[in-house]
Amino acid sequence: MASASAVVNVPANPKRGEIIEIKALVRHAMETGFRRTQLGAVIPRDIIRQFVCLYNGVEVFRAELHPAIAANPLLTFTTVASESGTIEFRWTGDKGFSVIESARITVV
Amino acid sequence: MTSRRNFLIAAGGLAGGMGLTSASGRAHATPEEMQEAVRKVIGTSRVRSGRVKLDLPPLIDNGNSVSLSVAVESPMTPADHVKAIHVFTEKNPLPNVVSVYLGPRAGRANIATRVRIADTQTVTAIAEMSDGTFWSGSMSVVVTLSACLEDGLI
Repeated sequence: MASASAVVNVPANPKRGEIIEIKALVRHAMETGFRRTQLGAVIPRDIIRQFVCLYNGVEVFRAELHPAIAANPLLTFTTVASESGTIEFRWTGDKGFSVIESARITVV
Repeated sequence: MTSRRNFLIAAGGLAGGMGLTSASGRAHATPEEMQEAVRKVIGTSRVRSGRVKLDLPPLIDNGNSVSLSVAVESPMTPADHVKAIHVFTEKNPLPNVVSVYLGPRAGRANIATRVRIADTQTVTAIAEMSDGTFWSGSMSVVVTLSACLEDGLI
């Protein structure tokens, strides 16, 4: 899956020790598994089940998603800008869904 | 050979059957099921109310995408921080909404996302602290256009 389906917002140059807000959005229908076609057949569930945020390889935030999360899941959370490096975002879900996105961060 | 009469009877039966299945397929969770889901998370611990501020719009026009935020009062130090936040609903098809896991590196225990709300109901957020205690905050929301009117919203 192309990484263009994910959008992340990380402050590029925070001060060391600053609490920064991170937003991560990914394109996904989050099909609940409760909807039916006009013929009554259940549309199978197809959701993102897990989101992980790694700061220089160390997990700083993780979320388990359920069908009650709206389509194109958006997650907003915070972390302490401790060091320069890479913040990586991983979404995994049903039907082998997997998207990885990353952002550079340079603390000043 | 199928006569017109037999065909109509069969078609009527089929339509009726479909109506029944879609009605049963739209069963919502109950507050009891929510308590069960909460119990799975907290085990035998007691949940105290307070320290958790759950924020949703009180009036929801469209339950498909509703902003939800949770803020937990915590110093977020290695000794005293929020380990996890779980969000539950009473009347969505499933009680679980989202579970997030954080730690002292979060700096603040503030999270936000967008959720689906099926019906007028109470939404609850439960925070698990590093000392093993659980705190909760709830909010009642009114869905003006019930999700149940639009088939398959949730």
